[in-house]
Amino acid sequence: MSDNEYSGLSCPIPISEYPHVLLAHGGGGKLMHQLIEKIFTAAFANPMLETAHDGAVFKADSDRLAFTTDSYVVDPLFFPGGDIGKLAVDGTVNDLAMCGARPLYLSCGFIIEEGFSMDSLWKIALSMKQAADEAKVSIVTGDTKVVDKGRGHGLFINTAGIGSIGHDLTIAPSMVQPGDAVIVNGDIGRHGMAIMAHRESLSFETTIESDCAPLADTVMRLLDEDIEIHCLRDLTRGGLAASLVEIASVSGYRIAVEESKIPVVDQVRGACEILGFDPTYVANEGRMVIFVPKKEAEKALAVLRDQGLWPEAAIIGRVGDERTGIVTMKSLIGAERIVDMLSGEQLPRIC
Amino acid sequence: MRYVDEFRDHEAAVRYIRQINRITTREWTIMEVCGGQTHAILKSGIDQLIPGKINLLHGPGCPVCVTAVELIDRAIAIASKENVIFCSFGDMLRVPGSSKDLISVRAEGGDIRTVYAPTDTIRIAYENPDREVVFFGIGFETTAPANATLVYQARQMNLKNLSILMAQVLIPPAMEAILSAPGNNVKGFLAAGHVCSVVGYDDYEHIVSKYNVPIVVTGFEPLDILQGIYMTIAQLEEGRAEVENQYRRAVRREGNITAQKIMGEVFNVVDRRWRGLGLIEKSGLALIHKYAEFDAEIRFGVEQLTAEESTECISGLILQGKKKPYDCPVFGSLCTPEYPLGATMVSSEGACAAYYRYRKEGTESIKQSGGKERP
Repeated sequence: MSDNEYSGLSCPIPISEYPHVLLAHGGGGKLMHQLIEKIFTAAFANPMLETAHDGAVFKADSDRLAFTTDSYVVDPLFFPGGDIGKLAVDGTVNDLAMCGARPLYLSCGFIIEEGFSMDSLWKIALSMKQAADEAKVSIVTGDTKVVDKGRGHGLFINTAGIGSIGHDLTIAPSMVQPGDAVIVNGDIGRHGMAIMAHRESLSFETTIESDCAPLADTVMRLLDEDIEIHCLRDLTRGGLAASLVEIASVSGYRIAVEESKIPVVDQVRGACEILGFDPTYVANEGRMVIFVPKKEAEKALAVLRDQGLWPEAAIIGRVGDERTGIVTMKSLIGAERIVDMLSGEQLPRIC
Repeated sequence: MRYVDEFRDHEAAVRYIRQINRITTREWTIMEVCGGQTHAILKSGIDQLIPGKINLLHGPGCPVCVTAVELIDRAIAIASKENVIFCSFGDMLRVPGSSKDLISVRAEGGDIRTVYAPTDTIRIAYENPDREVVFFGIGFETTAPANATLVYQARQMNLKNLSILMAQVLIPPAMEAILSAPGNNVKGFLAAGHVCSVVGYDDYEHIVSKYNVPIVVTGFEPLDILQGIYMTIAQLEEGRAEVENQYRRAVRREGNITAQKIMGEVFNVVDRRWRGLGLIEKSGLALIHKYAEFDAEIRFGVEQLTAEESTECISGLILQGKKKPYDCPVFGSLCTPEYPLGATMVSSEGACAAYYRYRKEGTESIKQSGGKERP
């Protein structure tokens, strides 16, 4: 976490008392209530959570809602550019944003391994609060479980989210049309390479930071500017390639992209070159593809780049009218090839 | 990015392709030896841009693909033992042995770990003194120095719980095996640049004079490969057969002497069985007597374990350049990267996997290049 108003706060459960989470912290008794009150309610501070009810009760401002969930098991829990807490908020916020929804409320379930550092838990809770504030959502209900030592990996988090849809567009892969421009909001591959470098202790000249970021505000700006968005997809596991392949296969049209137009920073390119990775398959946590009609592409790009929001945003390709449902890429030297999903994770080259 | 962009430059590529077109007067079949080059050719689309008269065959230079089934079975036997931590490069985990792969051993409870450098296993062995740590030593001359270093350091550190399963292979004997096989039609080679950066290219002189084929030591970027093709075709068209070095920025004639020294300290040359190619004389590396205590085959008593290759898969013919992936009746249907029947579909450096990933059927570009790519 960067130095700001959140990082100055210290853990409210005296470290000397409980430096580590005990099984009893999930046991339903006093310790659990203390943990919830002093860590989660304190960090997430909002009136709905403070009612200490079994669930959150609220009114929605729209009759179209979006609902999503995701679980976060990232290893390591803290990585350059973020941590599991920020990821758990941004990831679910982004899934709502991809439906064209304005995120309203999140739920949050913690599965904590016995012995987990109380201080780390506090840091993660604060990071979630910071991410929630940034994304303008509230964490309004939650759950805490503690599992025996050895039965978890430190900490797992599940978040679910509800968002409201304030427009009449259907934003979905099936809405992609021939001629649509394919836009990415920034350079790709940072999150996956940051995690990879950190996990495997690979050190490069400069630290690669995760691109973990909330996208809802950006989507709302595009919608506020009346841009006719056909499809949105955040580029998480499987990277840009997997997202494009999924969209092409659902829409039935060919998506043609150009390698030279896809923004990748030198740090990520260099790390990928060393390991034999293709950045188009590397995970991201704050990147999306946006499909808009060709005539709106430049306007969308201007909105993305406005006020330095996404300076690297770029049009990387277009949707063709061939009903092949595949993705093709024009290589740097000018030939065309298929882009396919990988069967599993990318593995470093052997020689 | 420096040292990358200039070797992928579109304008320069166009100029090379024009030059290759200009000098090519007849049909030539040439082979890129290394799987990394195959991958680069298909990814950048070089096969679609060069003249149709040039037929690129994909050689046996994929370490995962050529590791014999019996060695995979031995790896599985060792990895299944209690108290063993089996360390391997990731690609090897999915290669089918006779009945299963290493990934299934992991699912069954085996402690199998992916490592990025052979010497990572030293740390693992050091941290787990009560367990046996085994490294799967695969690869060509490129991985040999690092694997030799692992064994050398293990002996220096007196690590008693570390051993290596040797599957190391050598490239020049495989090139000779291809050239001397009946029905060979390879007329020139793009030799693997990184192999030569280790061992140099003196060894190729006798192949060139014995078989009268040009060999051009070639790099891995699109422009390296285009220049390598140009140099090979120029030799063929002029009736020359020489060893030439396209990859001068990385390769010297004598290679890397320090790397060769550590290889010589730890390994000697032995006959080895290759998947798809069979037994090739003097084509493998084994531990010399001084280091025999680190030989996992001996330590775990698996050296007698043998296995026959499946007859379903034509990867042997693909590795010899006699068939292309499309020639296989089960390519892309029964055999896919998710359910590989043979090693060439498993490894990202394997020819079948590269074709599957970059050239699946049904696209315009394939239809256009169909005359050349498909029989």
